[in-house]
Amino acid sequence: MSLMTEITIFVLAVFVGFEVISKVPTTLHTPLMSQTNAIHGIVMLGGLIVVGFANDRVEYVIGTIAIAFGAINIVGGFMVTDRMLGMFSRKPRPKAEADAKKGAG
Amino acid sequence: MIEAVLKPGGDAATALYIVAFSLFIIGIKQGTHPTTAKRGNLIAAAGMAVAVVTTLLLDGMGNWGLIVLGLGIGTAIGVIASIRVQMTEMPQMVALYNGVGGGAVALIAWSEIRHGISLGEDFPLDSLIPVIFAGIVGSVSFWGSNIAFAKLQDLIPTRPIAAPGQQVINAVLLLAIIVISVVLAVDHESPSQGLFILLLVLAAILGNLVVLPIGGADMPVVISLLNAFTGLSAAAAGFALDNVALIVAGTLVGSSGTILTMEMATAMNRSVSNILFSGFGGAPSGGGGGSTEERPHVSIGAQDAAIKLAYADSVVIVPGYGLAVAQAQHAIKEVADELEKRGVTVNYAIHPVAGRMPGHMNVLLAEADVPYENLKEMEEINPEMPRTDVAVVVGANDVTNPAAKNDPDSPIAGMPIIEVNEAQQVIVIKRSLSPGFAGIDNDLFYEPNTSMLFADAKAAAAEIAAEIGNL
Repeated sequence: MSLMTEITIFVLAVFVGFEVISKVPTTLHTPLMSQTNAIHGIVMLGGLIVVGFANDRVEYVIGTIAIAFGAINIVGGFMVTDRMLGMFSRKPRPKAEADAKKGAG
Repeated sequence: MIEAVLKPGGDAATALYIVAFSLFIIGIKQGTHPTTAKRGNLIAAAGMAVAVVTTLLLDGMGNWGLIVLGLGIGTAIGVIASIRVQMTEMPQMVALYNGVGGGAVALIAWSEIRHGISLGEDFPLDSLIPVIFAGIVGSVSFWGSNIAFAKLQDLIPTRPIAAPGQQVINAVLLLAIIVISVVLAVDHESPSQGLFILLLVLAAILGNLVVLPIGGADMPVVISLLNAFTGLSAAAAGFALDNVALIVAGTLVGSSGTILTMEMATAMNRSVSNILFSGFGGAPSGGGGGSTEERPHVSIGAQDAAIKLAYADSVVIVPGYGLAVAQAQHAIKEVADELEKRGVTVNYAIHPVAGRMPGHMNVLLAEADVPYENLKEMEEINPEMPRTDVAVVVGANDVTNPAAKNDPDSPIAGMPIIEVNEAQQVIVIKRSLSPGFAGIDNDLFYEPNTSMLFADAKAAAAEIAAEIGNL
């Protein structure tokens, strides 16, 4: 991929990111943060590639630690977000939901 | 072992990475409403699974033992930590995850440099520069997040820790980092690994020094900012590795962190640089702090508070971080339940910086089973205040101080507040009349329609709930 293609992708992603994330209500900012944090764990791919193609001891060590760090980030992040969001969605109140629907319609 | 292999950088692999980042975007989009957010999180997690599996299927991947080892250790720690963490501890958990993410980026950058050097060829600038950037930002984020974690976990004092001349030291460090980066880039035919490691170390020191002087009350801004940093470092790693999934995902995280940082700073009416470099959030800012003489105020007990609340039509509860510290969210929910049984409308007014990270108070109240429809944002609740019979302030202080609106000379002038002083009556549950973190007196406490209930938030709330039940 050429550098300019990558910059194009980056700039478009900035706009998409601002557009989507500015719509998340304050109520959900903590789960948003832990979810984006989990998404950030995608750097683990870098660790996988390092280890997968490494043939030197230092790279084995660095890469394996990077994979472990990334996995903590991904697994912990998505699971804790799930736990938090479960608190927001449990025991829905029928009355309040009906009100919300009325408001939307 | 695995039959289907994908060519690294090939169309099939790239297509799968595109699927992965699309799922991230859809997942975040679903996060705009509490009822769909849980599904959104699963969609984003599925995107991550696609990205990881795609990478594992790349042609030429080896060292499976080490990969399984790293994945196993990380998954085990992640699972245990996410099950055990208390909701009040969420800010430090996020700081910790953020830190390991930044650390991973720094390590990957280091091995990319090693790898490039071992090839013995000219290091192309369009991958060397992102690698240098990823290394610096990753290292700053790792150490900065660890300090933030230690402060939030009370492992080190939350008050600002600063040495004299700290600004100068930071500036010198930053300059050194820039100079070394330039030297590395100029020398791209054979960059020195030693210099790169020095760069990581200097960035680590800078990360420590920047976060250490920041007070506990400013943590929401710091955590958001570190989140933005790690996002950018991941995007930079994507440039270095020619990986679209990393570029897009990192940029999304960077955008999210940036938006949250700006929102937090606006809610505190301070600029980000002021928060980072002033060491506020702890020391009383001089000036008007001299008026220590006792001003007249009304003090009441739990029984009086219960009567005021029980005979109201509408009540707004204004929780602050003090409520979280006292673990009073469940007791407050009991008060609300008792009131609702009597037909009183109860809502919660959440200031954007209530808690120690963006949206923290909402999570704490959700944990106590408060329905999210009752959690009102500041802009939404302020117009309702004049029609509110009783506003109850629990563990909040500066965010309710009318001086922010009325006194242009106040240190917090212009800070958006929850206008409880507009309500018919105000009950403030607080241990004493002591000032909040801004170090200034709260005029609210001395207004004629304000009653002070001096007590621990949890004990007071439990007592009020019991008294209302007895009425």
